Amino acid sequence: MTVVRISDDALAVACGADAVAAAFAQAGCTVERVSSWGMHWLEPLVEIDGYGFGPLAPDDVPDVLAGSSAKAIGVIADHPFIAGQQRITFTRAGRTRPLSLEDYAANGGWLGLERARKIGALTTLAEVTASGLRGRGGAGFPAGIKWQTVANAPAVQKYIVCNADEGDSATFADRMVMEGDPFMLIEGMAIAALAVGSTRGYVYIRSEYPHAISRMKAAVTACAHVVAPFAVHVRTGAGAYVCGEETALLNSIEGKRGEVRAKPPLPALEGLFGKPTVVNNVLTLAAVPWILAHGAKAYADVGYGRSRGTMPIQLAGNVKYGGLYEIGFGVTLGDLVNRIGGGTASGRPIKAVQVGGPLGAYHPSSDFDLPFDYESFADAGGLIGHAGITIFDDCTDMSAQARFAMQFCAAESCGKCTPCRIGSTRGVELVDRIRHRIPRAPDGVEVLPQMHNARKQPRTVHEDITLLKDLCETMKLGSLCALGGFTPYPVLSALRHWPEDFGLDGTESNAAQEVDHGV
Amino acid sequence: MNRLDEIIAMHLADEGALLPILHDVQAEFGYISEEAIVAIALAMNLSRAEVYGVVSFYHDFRSTPDARPVIQLCRAEACQARGVEALLASLPVQNHVRLEAVYCLGLCSVGPNAMVNGTLHARLDGDKFHALVEASL
Repeated sequence: MTVVRISDDALAVACGADAVAAAFAQAGCTVERVSSWGMHWLEPLVEIDGYGFGPLAPDDVPDVLAGSSAKAIGVIADHPFIAGQQRITFTRAGRTRPLSLEDYAANGGWLGLERARKIGALTTLAEVTASGLRGRGGAGFPAGIKWQTVANAPAVQKYIVCNADEGDSATFADRMVMEGDPFMLIEGMAIAALAVGSTRGYVYIRSEYPHAISRMKAAVTACAHVVAPFAVHVRTGAGAYVCGEETALLNSIEGKRGEVRAKPPLPALEGLFGKPTVVNNVLTLAAVPWILAHGAKAYADVGYGRSRGTMPIQLAGNVKYGGLYEIGFGVTLGDLVNRIGGGTASGRPIKAVQVGGPLGAYHPSSDFDLPFDYESFADAGGLIGHAGITIFDDCTDMSAQARFAMQFCAAESCGKCTPCRIGSTRGVELVDRIRHRIPRAPDGVEVLPQMHNARKQPRTVHEDITLLKDLCETMKLGSLCALGGFTPYPVLSALRHWPEDFGLDGTESNAAQEVDHGV
Repeated sequence: MNRLDEIIAMHLADEGALLPILHDVQAEFGYISEEAIVAIALAMNLSRAEVYGVVSFYHDFRSTPDARPVIQLCRAEACQARGVEALLASLPVQNHVRLEAVYCLGLCSVGPNAMVNGTLHARLDGDKFHALVEASL
């Protein structure tokens, strides 16, 4: 009987994988639901004996079975999109059934945890530190140092918290790990627990990911006996973007408003319920089993500069070949966007590429030679964040994108610090004034004759640009967390690279492009 | 014991029980009523203001009932790049569905995307989106 493998990842299902699976079952095939290969433009992708067919609709099933399908793509593993990758975290993607303990164990699962148990906590910590693994949530903080701090903190109870509040647009790697290889994440958490001396872990998953939540809950139950005495609990977010910030996330698990906490104290010393806590992103923890199984050196041998290992890069937005592309740091942005992503889906020229989600800068094509690593992007006035890349074609109005960034910050601000809470709203107003060229006129009080020192003329666009830059500087330096602190990146990069979209003339453009206060 | 008390009792012993309780109350009743806030506050030894503060902080929780079907449409950057705003503009004004913006559904390479009752829909065009709105009525 023909065995047909179809992903049951949320994206494949959204593209109609269930109907295709049902059609194959109807035709007498044995259908196996596996994780996704990450070639999203081909979903629903079907694999038969290693050969791929996609994107399929139920009507295509007879042709596929007859061997005459025009949607054949050849051997999936040899497809250029797959063959060009260095898959470490996604090594099992497309190959295993997500909730099958047999599949997981047969494909290298639990080897990392076994080795960690054999070599003990101290050597495990040393391995993670030596691997050069850095936090994949965006900040890039070395995981080994964070773990060491928690390990050294004396406490009766310590926690491992997995940040699965993947709220950034253009990111879906965490979702794919949780839906496609949930045991790997749990294994990574168990290794962290062993290394720092914890028995309790939480996975905080955003409510927009119902598939990932149910998958993780099932996986936690299925492998409870393997990771014991470590116990994992799944918690559901409630639609607050800011809860992706680690201290807001901790407050949310505690049952409070998701407000950011001031640091210090560091969560590593006073985290969840005031106890020492490791807070790591899904991709950070998911990389750990491989590091332990293959050794720190094998991991550190891949990468670029101070960014070691691989990054699961997510190609999204108006992209022809969108999906998940895991590769060592150092690949250039242009390579990712043009060679691998194939340019825009609309076929129009690329105008801008946003790297790092809603808080990442918009990059013009002149930035395409940037190597993908934390430091290079920081030097270029951007960030890689969670490695989500959104491509925009030339129909995009970048002033609208700048406005959206401020508006998003205003909607999602937790309200704890003033630059973010008030600054974002003032930012929306300022961007609007610049876009529509209606500078602020003096108000009713300012025009009163006794207000000698108040200016009587409306502000010029020049002044509004300066004001916007000042506001961005205040937000960047004065906000408690990355939400207010990084919102200036998309705003100022849009203003700097596409002043014409804001309707600016020559001298105004120059004002917009002047190097702004280190932002 | 009524359903509200059952939900509270089910989670009360857990660490940080408030969010799980609120999720279950919202799933059961469709919103979080004043009465529920009082009961939860009493059971958890919190003030009503503290519970209300949490309810009002998170976008998912509602404090008023709304029986209309909900369509969650992703309007984040990746879906914007794939034309979600034009899609939304093409829809005649709808009062019998609640059209909610979400940021985002994590299907960023195949947008525009929407979720209806936990079911995901990708690669929406005008026809598919309008059909989705019609079907949810």
